[in-house]
Amino acid sequence: MTALQSPRLEPQVEASPHSRLWERVKRVVASNPSVLPTAAAIVIFIGMVIYGEVAYGRIVQYNTLSNLLINNAHLIILAVAMTFVILTGGIDLSVGSVIALSSVAGVMLSNAGWNPWVVIVLMILIGTAFGLASGILIQYFNVQPFIATLAMMFLGRGLASLLSTRPERLADDSPILWLGEQLKVIDGEKVNDVVITPGVIIAVLVVIVAFFVLHRTRTGRTVYAIGGSESSSSLMGLAVPRTKVLVYVISGTLAGVSAVVYTSRLGIAQNITGIGWELDAIAATVIGGTLLTGGYGYVLGSVVGALVLGLMNVLITRDGGIPPEMTTIITGGILLVFVLLQRLVLMRRRT
Amino acid sequence: MTATDASPSRVADERPVVEMIGVTVEIEGRPVLHEVDLRLYPGEVHALMGGNGAGKSSLVKALTGAYRIGAGEVRIAGESVSLAGPGAAESAGIAAAFQDVDLCVNLSVAENVMIGHEERRWYGIAWGATRRRAVSVLEELGLGGLDPRSAVATLAPAMQQLVAIARAMVTHPKVLVLDEPTSSLDADEVATLFRALRRLRDQGVAILFVSHFLEQVYAISDRITVLRDGRGQGEYPTRELDRAVLISKMIGKDLTELRRIGSERRAHRADPTGEPLYQAAGVGRRGEFAPTDLELHRGEIVGLGGLRGSGRSELGQLLAGVVRRDSGTIRVDGREAALPNPAAALRRRVAFASEDRRDGGIIEELSVRENIILALQGIRGWARPISRAERDALVDRFMESLAIVAPGPDAPARQLSGGNQQKVLLARWLATRPHVLVLDEPTRGVDIAAKVELQAVVAELAREGVAVVFISSELDEVVRLSDRIVILKDRRKIGEVSNGPGLSVDTIIEMIAADTDDDA
Repeated sequence: MTALQSPRLEPQVEASPHSRLWERVKRVVASNPSVLPTAAAIVIFIGMVIYGEVAYGRIVQYNTLSNLLINNAHLIILAVAMTFVILTGGIDLSVGSVIALSSVAGVMLSNAGWNPWVVIVLMILIGTAFGLASGILIQYFNVQPFIATLAMMFLGRGLASLLSTRPERLADDSPILWLGEQLKVIDGEKVNDVVITPGVIIAVLVVIVAFFVLHRTRTGRTVYAIGGSESSSSLMGLAVPRTKVLVYVISGTLAGVSAVVYTSRLGIAQNITGIGWELDAIAATVIGGTLLTGGYGYVLGSVVGALVLGLMNVLITRDGGIPPEMTTIITGGILLVFVLLQRLVLMRRRT
Repeated sequence: MTATDASPSRVADERPVVEMIGVTVEIEGRPVLHEVDLRLYPGEVHALMGGNGAGKSSLVKALTGAYRIGAGEVRIAGESVSLAGPGAAESAGIAAAFQDVDLCVNLSVAENVMIGHEERRWYGIAWGATRRRAVSVLEELGLGGLDPRSAVATLAPAMQQLVAIARAMVTHPKVLVLDEPTSSLDADEVATLFRALRRLRDQGVAILFVSHFLEQVYAISDRITVLRDGRGQGEYPTRELDRAVLISKMIGKDLTELRRIGSERRAHRADPTGEPLYQAAGVGRRGEFAPTDLELHRGEIVGLGGLRGSGRSELGQLLAGVVRRDSGTIRVDGREAALPNPAAALRRRVAFASEDRRDGGIIEELSVRENIILALQGIRGWARPISRAERDALVDRFMESLAIVAPGPDAPARQLSGGNQQKVLLARWLATRPHVLVLDEPTRGVDIAAKVELQAVVAELAREGVAVVFISSELDEVVRLSDRIVILKDRRKIGEVSNGPGLSVDTIIEMIAADTDDDA
């Protein structure tokens, strides 16, 4: 390879580390335009932060940003899970009702005196079981992912309603609540502290592990390959059936984790918890630059997407003048902008 | 094509690396292979020949572990093995690259080459080391200059094919199976591929080369195994097997029919007289094809000759109004025709049968009948349905006259073989009773027997007075069939020749080559 490269003729300019970084970014974008939507999501997030700070104030400070993370930890986990599924070209509509079932069951078992650690593991395993069922339906019974997970969504919601139709409150001394405990990391002036919860730490760990799996393991590469072309992936001898089941198992399991994080923060579970969250997770994933047809996208983009949605809610609350009904319209608008952006990227790639 | 490659035949003194003995394969109870033998020696290119449905793909799939072998034995280096699943074949040293370039276009070159074989450390995949290994594999194929980070989607088809082969070579297999590797490549790209294959052969790899292209097989292969109807028809050293003999073994009948068509056309050939049916003046589109004049007469077959990328399909689409021209005028029957879209063209009886029967033509889920009447119904409009009797008569007539082999008119089109799908597509356009018919690669990917039949149909159409524009990547086919050949190069027309006894593929190649010299 080196023999073929012509010697560099351009004069040796002392490149500052800054411009070198910029060159690198430009090269990455040029060779891989699929990072553009993700980059745009980051830009929009930063733009929203700046706009919020200028228009309403008190955005760029410890407690606001801490709360943003704490309040959206469960959504971040869901968005990461959804990224796996969408990367293969699938979809998982069941995560919202899995959370309802898992948290209602968890709270009731805990109040019935079960060991809290056992309860937490069971809550996660409920999600795993649902994901496994979806995956088997999709892979071995050839059911469309949309339909299979829709069936699971109804099943989960129904089972949650069977268990209870009232809000179930976790006992005040339940150790599960500790996961939602606010831990002061930096003590700022007045209430302006850096606060995290174990739930946030769990979300961060999920993101790190997901990133590692997708980019540093063969399983992760298979996820991308399936999204690129499922038939090619099989011909290449990749473990397509196993991986396809696995992404739904991951999605279900993380929905269980998300249920634990959410329940521990609120201390209440209800059969109507999590309605529409699967759509929030899909929105976060798409805003973060993952292509719904699969093959292109990044976990970190989905995290940013979740934070964009969370920050939007904060800004709307701060504004006070925007009726809450507008939230969904604005969400829809942002989503549309991102989908159009992805179209542009696709068109550029074709030409 | 190039002369037969004179490689040393090492067959005599070595043991075969793979022996398939009496292999029988059944799919859903239907036998697709019946007691087939195949022997591959190290350091040879072995061609597998046969028509569509002869069992070439089945044999490849049996060898690569995708199909389970019912009876018979596979020996690798003398030892009997069972090839259950692609993984088993891979660990037995058999790797494959399949017909439709099997790459993931969302991944980079290095990722595609190394997928499933990435270099791993304690921190997971080591991308630097992985890329370095990808580069070293690419270098073995003479592709050292390829940037491993570039996206596969940006590569030309030949490069993608070579990357797919590089992928197969990662495990250093003893046997490399290539199923129709050249079906989407032009002559230059085939030459690049063959250079890579010879390099691998000289390293001692046994290559099983499956192809429709006779001349390529003669250029690259050392020995040939012929299949017909799932049965072996013998194994021959390439140099000792006459082309005509090979074809007769493949189609099971001799070449008289093929020769008959050629002679009939030559007898029919006459210089066009009278008012042209179709006149294009200065028709072109920026970036697609330079402004071009062309006249078509009734009963004339005009071939578009040129290399891949010369703009054959582009010109055909402009002529038929599939792509809107941005310059020039078209007159049909002496009257000016705008032809802004295919529907308008059909109303003026100008039809275009597309190159890609899967993407642009056959709708696999619809029945044969529905596929045939689709275009006719389209120009009539949905408000005026075709009566049942008329429809059935039409479908029956075409299924008979084109000899479409199908379980019945209600069978879904996907059940048909490639050649028959191509005939259904042809029937669709014939049902609109076109005066001008543009056929874009009607014989692509179909076997020799079906090719002969399709060529006969085209010749018959011309006899009935249809003006046919015939596009094919196989120049010998263009020469055999056309009355007149329009020669294209670099998206413009460089000349026109009337066909005659003195004209051959070489004449056209020379004209294309001579044009380069003028430019230089």
